[in-house]
Amino acid sequence: MYDSGKIIAGLMVFLVLITSPAWYNVVSGKADYRPDPKLPAEQKECVKSAEYMKAFHMDLLNQWRDAVVRSDKRVYGDIGGRTYDMSLTSTCLSCHANKAEFCDQCHNYLGVKPYCWDCHVEPKEKM
Amino acid sequence: MGVDRREFLKIAGLSTLLGLGGKATIEVLSGTEVEASLSKEPQGGKRLAMVVDMRKCYEKENCRDCMEACHRVHNVPHIDNPRHEIKWIWTEPYERTFPSQGHEYTEERFAGKPFVVLCNHCDNPPCVRVCPTKATFRNPDGAVVMDFHRCIGCRFCMAGCPYGSRSFNWKDPRKFIQETNPEFPTRMRGVVEKCNFCVERLDKGLQPACVEACKDGALLFGDVRDPESEVRRVLRESYTIRRKPELGTMPQVYYVV
Amino acid sequence: MLEKALIGSRRYWGWLFFLLGIIGVGFACYLWQFFVGLGITGLSRDVSWGFYIAQFTFLVGVAASAVMLVLPYYLHHYKQFGKITILGEFLAVSSVLMCMLFIFVDMGQPLRVLNVILHPAPNSVMFWDMLVLSGYLFLNIVIGWVVLDSEHKGIAPPAWIKPLIYLSIPWAVSIHTVTAFLYAGLPGRHLWLTAVMAARFLSSAFASGPALLILLCFIVRKLTRFDPGREPIQKLAQIVTYAMILNIFFALLEVFTAFYSRIPSHMHSLEYLFVGLEGHGRLVLWMRAAVVLAVTGIVLLIIPSTRKNEKVLAFSAAAIFAAAWIDKGMGLVVGGFVPNPFEEVVEYAPTAPELLITLAVWAIGFLVLTVLYKVAISVKEEAAA
Repeated sequence: MYDSGKIIAGLMVFLVLITSPAWYNVVSGKADYRPDPKLPAEQKECVKSAEYMKAFHMDLLNQWRDAVVRSDKRVYGDIGGRTYDMSLTSTCLSCHANKAEFCDQCHNYLGVKPYCWDCHVEPKEKM
Repeated sequence: MGVDRREFLKIAGLSTLLGLGGKATIEVLSGTEVEASLSKEPQGGKRLAMVVDMRKCYEKENCRDCMEACHRVHNVPHIDNPRHEIKWIWTEPYERTFPSQGHEYTEERFAGKPFVVLCNHCDNPPCVRVCPTKATFRNPDGAVVMDFHRCIGCRFCMAGCPYGSRSFNWKDPRKFIQETNPEFPTRMRGVVEKCNFCVERLDKGLQPACVEACKDGALLFGDVRDPESEVRRVLRESYTIRRKPELGTMPQVYYVV
Repeated sequence: MLEKALIGSRRYWGWLFFLLGIIGVGFACYLWQFFVGLGITGLSRDVSWGFYIAQFTFLVGVAASAVMLVLPYYLHHYKQFGKITILGEFLAVSSVLMCMLFIFVDMGQPLRVLNVILHPAPNSVMFWDMLVLSGYLFLNIVIGWVVLDSEHKGIAPPAWIKPLIYLSIPWAVSIHTVTAFLYAGLPGRHLWLTAVMAARFLSSAFASGPALLILLCFIVRKLTRFDPGREPIQKLAQIVTYAMILNIFFALLEVFTAFYSRIPSHMHSLEYLFVGLEGHGRLVLWMRAAVVLAVTGIVLLIIPSTRKNEKVLAFSAAAIFAAAWIDKGMGLVVGGFVPNPFEEVVEYAPTAPELLITLAVWAIGFLVLTVLYKVAISVKEEAAA
């Protein structure tokens, strides 16, 4: 082909650039970063298990949102018979009180920006 | 050979349409929302209403107790610009509250006096009728409430409300909130809000914030279907008027003048 | 066929880039509005719909007017419109697109727009408006494209397009009736709470839409080798004349009901618009200008000699279009909110960013219109050769 040198050189540059998300983080050391959510010190049991929460906390919150706002039902019961007030601020955040040390850890790592915080009031940092 | 490309595309397109349309149709036909596991007892048969006994307010033209309580509890921002202001409960002069009633020779007792106005939580609410996403809807107990998560900010409800009860968040309200109540969310820009009859307080067995805050007992609240309730007693014993009753909205805020 | 839009004169490309420039500026303003909120517009707690919704309301009418070409041609075989139905259908596509964009820029939470489909509310007229407008957009794109494509290939259009064409006729009427119902069913807004709202909407639509089509035909004749012909333009002028007579008649009906009954709620909005209320009268000059334009336009249209004179006709069409734009846009929307439910007058005027965003949406509409017309006219020029 004509200008094969230039074309192959251009293709190499293109490949390097297009795969940069894959190799940049490894090279710069950022890939070693792991989110480190700090669990609450006092409470050991959450509303649901940790595996469930990791996968489905969004769904649970949506369920709670619809139940409280649209159906005016505020109490959630689990299999063990415990009941919880279905409230992000009063229930979830009463234990996971530090958003920066818990919620933001994974959210920032994954580039997720839930807009809950535009309205729901974050608990003040404990001094 | 089987299905050719044209056929395949036709089938794919039709299935997509049916799939999308099917979900929507099912939701419309089923009517009910998916609910969480445990629940409070259903309200059944209740009809919440408020009586504003203006006789107790006339002499207190500067009193702002109910308004301040409501706006504090619900993180209602205080915006100076009248174009953008947000208010859940406020006062308007008699002639503006009841425009078809005011005349030249109005009783001196309340001519020009400030009357407490708020969302009337109508039994036949035009705002609920026009909302394209059911972001505003009526609870079984009669309260007309908002789902701020679903509101798209189209403001059709504001056009539909004949009482001017609704406010819109033209900008981010957080800068304008003096003291944030952490127990209640704020709202974000782009959604409509209004008085919610304190459903979150009612669920805890409390009275609405304005009712509790009024030191003179001018605001009464309760189940208008219950013959023994306070509101029913007042309605039985006193003459009450409502705002714009001829529109058929059936407002549930009654004024004793 | 879309590739025909990529071949054009310097003037064509200059026009497209000019439009793109306007779109760029407006888009930047929209980003500002998106992040800061609708507070950057002139809207207020009392006048919560304004310039954006005014454009939307007016443009639904323009979109519906495609039926004024389709009905005579396909239903009554009025052969003269054969060459230009495509211009009407593509104008409908461009107009409906603008309508949807105006709704989008007016929304407080536009990213949630799909909630209208995900959580349908058949009790809401706005839900039905979304459905019928989307359906009408789809119909016109399909009909316009398929018929044009068949002409391009020199064959008859496929048989299945006929039912769609017939469907588009009542559908056009429905989009504007449903839009009128947005206003006509609200109990608290007395300027809008009238049974003739849908009739007024339709008559002004069938006046303003074909008026714009007349102007577009003149432009097309000037800039390309495609000549729509004298007859179709004259027929359109007759349609505009009758529709505008009805429109003015309906407006006068409103004036009679309001001022003979002397019911304050009926009178106040009209007073605010035409003479001012309680010292406020920001729209008075505009509304009176609309009256002057409407009367001038209709007189020039009724007199046969001035209607047949194409130079005067261009002026009359522009006058009718402008009058309808004022009356059905700001006049209708802002007038409905004044006075407010407390009988107070709170005025409204669009801000600069609001105007720039509006201009950008109009530019998008004209961009789409230019591209579609370029394709259509290229096909017709080739077919004529």
